[in-house]
Amino acid sequence: MLIEARELCAGYALPVVGPVSFALARGEVVGLVGPNGCGKSTLLAALLGGVRIFAGSVERAPGLRPVLQTQRQPDVDGLPLSGGELLALTGAATDGLPPWLADRLDWRLDRLSGGQRQFLHLWACLQAPGDLVLLDEPTNNLDPAGVAHLAGALRVRADAGAGLLVVSHDAAFVDAACDRTIRLPG
Amino acid sequence: MPFDPLFLAPFLTGLAFAVAVPVVGAYLRLRDEWLAALAFAQMAAAGALLAMPAGLPLFAGGLLAALAAAVVKHLCEGAARGLQGAIYAMLLLAGWAASVLQVANLPLAERLGHALFDGQLYFTGSAHLAAALACLAVVAVGLWRLSRALLLAHLFPDFFRARGRSAQRIHLCFDLLAAATLALATMSVGVMAAFALVFLPPFVAWRWARGWRASLALAVGVGVGAHLAAFALALALDQPFGPVLAGILVAAGLASELAAGRRRGR
Repeated sequence: MLIEARELCAGYALPVVGPVSFALARGEVVGLVGPNGCGKSTLLAALLGGVRIFAGSVERAPGLRPVLQTQRQPDVDGLPLSGGELLALTGAATDGLPPWLADRLDWRLDRLSGGQRQFLHLWACLQAPGDLVLLDEPTNNLDPAGVAHLAGALRVRADAGAGLLVVSHDAAFVDAACDRTIRLPG
Repeated sequence: MPFDPLFLAPFLTGLAFAVAVPVVGAYLRLRDEWLAALAFAQMAAAGALLAMPAGLPLFAGGLLAALAAAVVKHLCEGAARGLQGAIYAMLLLAGWAASVLQVANLPLAERLGHALFDGQLYFTGSAHLAAALACLAVVAVGLWRLSRALLLAHLFPDFFRARGRSAQRIHLCFDLLAAATLALATMSVGVMAAFALVFLPPFVAWRWARGWRASLALAVGVGVGAHLAAFALALALDQPFGPVLAGILVAAGLASELAAGRRRGR
């Protein structure tokens, strides 16, 4: 088991999510769904100790190397950084990148489209060395080809031994990419 | 015109800062903290001026004041969100006020004050050269170790935090490095020339470079080119070095923007 939440209630000044219990094992891709404001992103943060735990517990495997991708991305306009340099920062492999990005790794990020930047940022987290991958709304700004490629990449990553927890509003993507789904109440 | 050996130490001192300061400037620009450089430089000038009546070495006074400014900046950032931009302005004004008051009231401070603000590189000696070379070595080693963490903390803050790493500690280390660099540069090339070196070479490089490493190399190239031109020009025209260097860098910045505008217009 990579990570397990037991009757977890978490939030900021007040609880935002919970109680919720689930476990995630290696090789699994688990979807986390629910209406806006139900606390999906807060739950991801709680799993890594980033918010206040009001009740319950989180148990992590010893030596766990988590990777967290959130919707918060800094502005890269004017920044002289290439796609290849971005991936190198997290130690992400470039194997398996879609062809429409693989041949643009030497381009500056601010010369790429918003969707291409989003995919590279996502790839940098998804393919970074680690056991547990937490992704928050990864399909934002992606076109259908990008979503399809991402679904395949999640499976490859899980088959390589990682556990993945994916927050998404995209029901079709969750159905296609995830082994099971945790639904948070509104 | 033959090169007078008397000018070798000033030339090499300026050259070392022309390499080190733009590289530090690139990381300040990454963090949108280039104004902090001016605050560090101004505080260093005030510290050097304060050291004189206290009987302390000028280098020690400048360095300590700039490092104290870095610590104050760091503490204020942690204490209150939104104070970040304001604290640079407050440190800058405090440094300026302290400097001008000393120059106005202490006769001995007047000459040093002019040197710090005019940027009289030609009056530097072997102590300045030693400080510049030490600074270059510390910047090279320090940024070689900090670079990836600074970029990662900026571009992937949640990833960085999820791995249990402290962005605050990394940023404090960088602030101290930047403050020390600016302090030493200020005491050799002057306040505004040090600021020009920290701001304008990365400004030009970010416009044209295709990647991060290329931008660092280009920033160094612009800094070194401007130093060579300013050193020769100021010597030939018998002018203070700092304003000539700043003028050349401003011209380079404007030329870069004009060329970029023309390129976009095509």
